[in-house]
Amino acid sequence: MTTAVSYTIPELLDRNAEKYGDQIANREKEFGIWQSWTWKEVQNKVEEIALGYLALGIKEGDHIAVLGRNRPKLYWSMVAAQRIGAVPVPIYQDAVGDEIGYVLGHCEAVLAIAGDQEQVDKILEQQDKCKSLKQIIYLDPRGLRNYDHSRLHSFASLHDAVDENRKRYEKEMKARQEKVSPEKICVILYTSGTTGNPKGVVLSHTNIISASRDSSEFDSLSQKETVLAYLPMAWVGDFIFSIGQAYWNGFCVNCPESPQTMMHDLREIGPSYFFAPPRVFESLLTTCMIRIEDAGKIKRSMFQYFMKHARKVGVPIMTGEKISLAESLIYRIGEIFVYGPLRNVLGLSRVRVGYTAGEAIGPEIFDFYRSIGINLKQLYGQTEASVFITSQPDGEVEADSVGVPGQGVELRIDDRGEIFYRSPGTFIEYYKNPEATKSTKDKDGWVATGDAGYIDESNGHLKIIDRAKDVGKMANGKLFAPKYVENKLKFFPDILETVVFGNNREFCTAMVNIDLVSVGNWAERNNVVYSSYQELAGHPEVYKIIQNYVRQVNEDLARDEKLSGCIVKRFLVLHKELDADDGELTRTRKVRRGVIEDKYNDLVTALYDGSKEIHTTSEVTYEDGRKGFISATLKILDV
Amino acid sequence: MGQTETTNKNDILMDIVNVTLRFGGVKALSDVSFNIQRGEIRAIIGPNGAGKSSMLNVINGFYTPQEGEIWFEGKLRPRLKPHQIAYQRIARTFQNIALFEGMTVLDNMMTGRMIYMKSGLLSQLAWWGKAEREETENRLIVEKIIDFLEIPAIRKTPVGMLPYGLQKRVELGRALAAEPMLLLLDEPMAGMNNEEKEDMCRFILDVNEELGTTIALIEHDMGVVMDLADRVVVIDHGEKIADGQPDEVRNDQNVIDAYLGVSH
Repeated sequence: MTTAVSYTIPELLDRNAEKYGDQIANREKEFGIWQSWTWKEVQNKVEEIALGYLALGIKEGDHIAVLGRNRPKLYWSMVAAQRIGAVPVPIYQDAVGDEIGYVLGHCEAVLAIAGDQEQVDKILEQQDKCKSLKQIIYLDPRGLRNYDHSRLHSFASLHDAVDENRKRYEKEMKARQEKVSPEKICVILYTSGTTGNPKGVVLSHTNIISASRDSSEFDSLSQKETVLAYLPMAWVGDFIFSIGQAYWNGFCVNCPESPQTMMHDLREIGPSYFFAPPRVFESLLTTCMIRIEDAGKIKRSMFQYFMKHARKVGVPIMTGEKISLAESLIYRIGEIFVYGPLRNVLGLSRVRVGYTAGEAIGPEIFDFYRSIGINLKQLYGQTEASVFITSQPDGEVEADSVGVPGQGVELRIDDRGEIFYRSPGTFIEYYKNPEATKSTKDKDGWVATGDAGYIDESNGHLKIIDRAKDVGKMANGKLFAPKYVENKLKFFPDILETVVFGNNREFCTAMVNIDLVSVGNWAERNNVVYSSYQELAGHPEVYKIIQNYVRQVNEDLARDEKLSGCIVKRFLVLHKELDADDGELTRTRKVRRGVIEDKYNDLVTALYDGSKEIHTTSEVTYEDGRKGFISATLKILDV
Repeated sequence: MGQTETTNKNDILMDIVNVTLRFGGVKALSDVSFNIQRGEIRAIIGPNGAGKSSMLNVINGFYTPQEGEIWFEGKLRPRLKPHQIAYQRIARTFQNIALFEGMTVLDNMMTGRMIYMKSGLLSQLAWWGKAEREETENRLIVEKIIDFLEIPAIRKTPVGMLPYGLQKRVELGRALAAEPMLLLLDEPMAGMNNEEKEDMCRFILDVNEELGTTIALIEHDMGVVMDLADRVVVIDHGEKIADGQPDEVRNDQNVIDAYLGVSH
C-alpha cells in the first residue's frame, strides 16, 4: 500500500494558490474570447461562494446538487461546498425530470446550483419529490426574470454581498474548514448503471486524492498539462480529471463555450492530456471519414495510401518496435502530409497522454488513433474505484487489454471469472443503500466489478471479456459475447449503435442504429431522398449497405474459433435512435440490454420467427419529459 | 405576457397619423393611423397585397407618404435622406434574407455596428488607436448578441453555408447589433419549419423582454401573431380595418371577411 494522503480538496486549493498563485487554473471561452482565472483568483472566488453558502444557512453535511454544463463557476461551487463541510452532488445535466427528481430526493439536497433556466425548470417541476430543497442558485439569468425569486438566487448575488458576508461569516468558514479531514465525504456521484435506479457512490477526499495522485505519477502528469473539461460533471471521470488530478498537479482546466463549439475549442486549446469515452473517438472518426469522402480525388487517394501504410507500421512505431528504413521514411512523409494535419484537425496535436475508458473500444478505432501517432491508451475503471483499476503503461499498449493494476490496487479473479479489486480509491458506501453496499463490497474491502476477465500470464495485463452477466452461451454451447460483435459492427461509421441478441438461442441477430450524419452524407452524395430519420433508416439501399457490413463482420468472426458461434444471421435497422431519455442507454451511453430486449420484445420475436417484416409502435420521451409514440414497419433481412 | 406592466402604457414611440401612400395612380395605403408603444410587440397583419410591407417601409422612412404625419419619439419626422434613415435607430430584417453570403456570421453582424464606428480611414487602415478600440468595443456588443441568439458555434461560418432558419437568426442578430429603439421584422417566420418557428418565437420574446426592444412585425402565421403580439393592426386593400388586442381582432367581423373573402 502507498502512503495515505493528508490533504483535502480545499487544502489543495490553498496549497496551489500559494505555490502556483499566478498560474492559470481555469479558462472558459466567453463572448468568443478565452477568459482565465489564476489559482489565487480561484481561491478567492471559492471563498466568496462558501461565504454565500453560509449566508444561506448551509450546514455541515448538507448536500448541494449541481446541474449544468462544464463551467468554472460550477466547479468552484463544488469546492466551496467542501470548504464548509457540505457535500456536492453533481447531476447529469441532460437527465430528464424524473431522474433528477429521484436523485434530489434520494440525497435530500438542501440547495441546488443550476446552470440555466432549463435546469431551474426541471428542478422546480420535481420539487415535491424533494421536500428538503430550500434554495436554488442559477448562473445564467436569461429567461428567469419573471420567476418567483423568494427561493431563487442569482449566482452574482453570492458575490454582491461579499463584504458583508466576510464580516459575518469568515470566522465560521475558517472553523468549518478546520474540521474537514481527508476521510470526510468529498462527493457523492450517482451512477446510472445498466440496471435499476441510480446508486449514490460516496467517495472521501482520501479516495479522490490518492487515486488522483497515483494515476498522475503513473503517467508523470505535471503542472504543465492542459485539459478540456467537456464530459458530464456528474461522471466520476470528470470529477477526477477536472478536480482531483487538476488540484493535485495544479494544471489548467479549460471549459468550452458551449457543447456545440467543443470541436473548435478543442483545437484552440490543444490539450496535452485528453480523456474520452469510445463514443467520442467513434464520432471524431466518423466526421473525419465524411470529410475525406467529400474531398478531392488527389487528397482522397493520398489519405488512403498513407492510412494504409499507417495501419501497417503506425502501431509498431508507437510501441517502439524496429521497422525497416524504407517504411520509416514513408511514414515520415505521411507525417508531413497526412498524420500531422489530421491530428491538428482533430485537435489532438499536443496530446501526450490520451485515455479511453467507460466501455470497450473497437480495436480498429483504437489502432486508427495510435497509428497516426496519438498515444491513446485504455484504462479500466469504475465510479466505485474513483476511476482507476488498471491502466496501460506507455509502450505496453494492446487493443484488447486494459493494462496493469495501478499503484496500490490489488486484483483478484474468482473462479467464475469475475474481477474483484481493492484500492485506496475504493468508495465508502452507496448512499442510503446498505444492501447494495454489502453485495458489492465485502468486509475486507474487495469490490465486485460485475465484469468477467482474466489476467494474461505473459505480461500481467488484465483482459476484459464482457459484462459478466452479458456473456453467455449459444444453444449449441458456443460462446456468446455480444459486446465483441457490437464493437466490430460499430467500427463502420454508418453504424452508430447496435444490440446483438443470441443468448441460449440457435443463432445471433442484431438491431442496428444508423449514424444519421454519416448515412445522411452518403444519401446526399447518391441522390437518395428522405424526409426523416425513420425513412432513411428503412431505405432499401441503406439496408443493403448494412447487410454488407454484417457480412464482413461475419467473415471475421467465422475465422475465430472461439467466436464462430456469434455470426449474425438476421438483422433489422431500428426506426429510432436508442436514447438515454427512453431508458435504453445509460447517461454515459452504455446499452441497457435488458431494457431493450423487453421494450422491443416484438422485434426480437420477429428476428427469430423468420418473418420478413414487422409493424411496431414504440414510446419516445421528448427532452422536456413529454411522451409520444412512433410507429413503423421494419423489414428484417437475412444475411 | 407581461407586456405593459414593465413599460409605461401611454408612452408612445411612434405615431402614424392619417398616412396615405401612392405609387402613381395606385393607392398602397390610404388614411392609415395607428401607434406603436414603447416596449410592446406590435403586429401588422393582412392578406397578400394589403400594404403591409409598404407600411413597414413608411415606418422606417424608406418611403415618404404623400399625405399624413409620422411622429417618432415625440418629434414630427421630416423627409429623410438615405443615410439619415440608417442613423435613426430603426433596424429591420427582410422578407427575403438580405445578408452578405460570402461573409462570416460575425462580419455580417459587425456591419450592424457600422453606424457607431467613427474612426477615420487612416486609423482603420492601420488598425491602430481609435479604430482598434472601436472594433474591440463593438465586437463585444456583437459577441453578446451571438451568445444571446445561441449561435457561437457558427460565428466564423460563411452565412451562405447556413440553413435557412439560422440565416434568419443571423439577420435578426445584425438588426439587434444596431441596438435599435424600434425593430421591424418582415415575416420573420416565412418558410420555416415548426421547430425553427418555435425557436424564432422564443428569440423574439426574449429580445422584447430581456433587451426591452420595441418590435413591429409582419406575419402571416396567425397562430404566431396571436401568441406573440400585444396589439395587432389589420390592413386590407391599404386601409386599416381593425386595431386592438389579439382576441378582439380575431373575432372582428371585418377581419374574418378580409381573410375568408366576401363578395364586395
